[in-house]
Amino acid sequence: MRTVIRGMGELCITAGLIVMLFVTYELWGTGRYTQGAQDRLGDEMLKNWRAPKVTTERVKLGKGLAMIRIPRFGKDYHFVVIEGVSRSDLRKGPGHYPGTALPGQIGNFVVSGHRTTYSAPFNRLGELDRGDKILIDTRDEQYVYKVTDRRIVKPSETAVTLPVPFHAKRRPTERMITLTTCHPKYSAAKRMIIFGELAEALPRAAAAQQAAGK
Amino acid sequence: MYVWIWHRLPGTWQTKTATALGLFAAIAAILWYVVFPWVEPKVQFDHGVVDRPAPSGSATPG
Repeated sequence: MRTVIRGMGELCITAGLIVMLFVTYELWGTGRYTQGAQDRLGDEMLKNWRAPKVTTERVKLGKGLAMIRIPRFGKDYHFVVIEGVSRSDLRKGPGHYPGTALPGQIGNFVVSGHRTTYSAPFNRLGELDRGDKILIDTRDEQYVYKVTDRRIVKPSETAVTLPVPFHAKRRPTERMITLTTCHPKYSAAKRMIIFGELAEALPRAAAAQQAAGK
Repeated sequence: MYVWIWHRLPGTWQTKTATALGLFAAIAAILWYVVFPWVEPKVQFDHGVVDRPAPSGSATPG
């Protein structure tokens, strides 16, 4: 009897340790993978940007598309935006919905990202206020978007990714950005959506100099 | 359970300790590199994508 009880106790402790290790894996281990992918894709993208422009340039799925910076999250906050939103794409970083507008274009530039695992690029999205800047660096330009709204929606609310969110038939006239992530943290029950509008577009080289000069 | 394993390990207490630590590391490595990556998408709690549930009932990416 005693050995049975002791065995049960040991099993419970073992299970507890395994769960703790799994939580460490989710919150920290997955981030190491993302960091590696980000470094690799970031280098690749910057190299592409320095090379002469190809007229038929189109970013392949799973490759770096742009760089996202959000000054409210600190000067060092930056992530390479990946083209695509499949599971393997989002493991590498925030992903752009293929088929939605590209940065700076008329329509809706939609980016989705993890909130708690895989480096948690969109962890602090809830802290954004109206007017906060979202900077998108591309080959030639830095697009400065300003936050206009925040919504909590159902996971099936694909209407937020439309060219004019929530209005399927309307023709877009504005240049929008939409960020999506899960809500609340550590849950998949809902989605948090951040809307923004293009405020200005600067040549990227000038924007970099400006940032360095400050 | 652990007492039982300890008694089955050969050698002096030094070799026993070394074997036990080795076993522990091996199990941890298998969990970390094989089991957890396999379990992770099945228990995924961090979906960022808005999507209609797939008709087949397969998990949404995110």
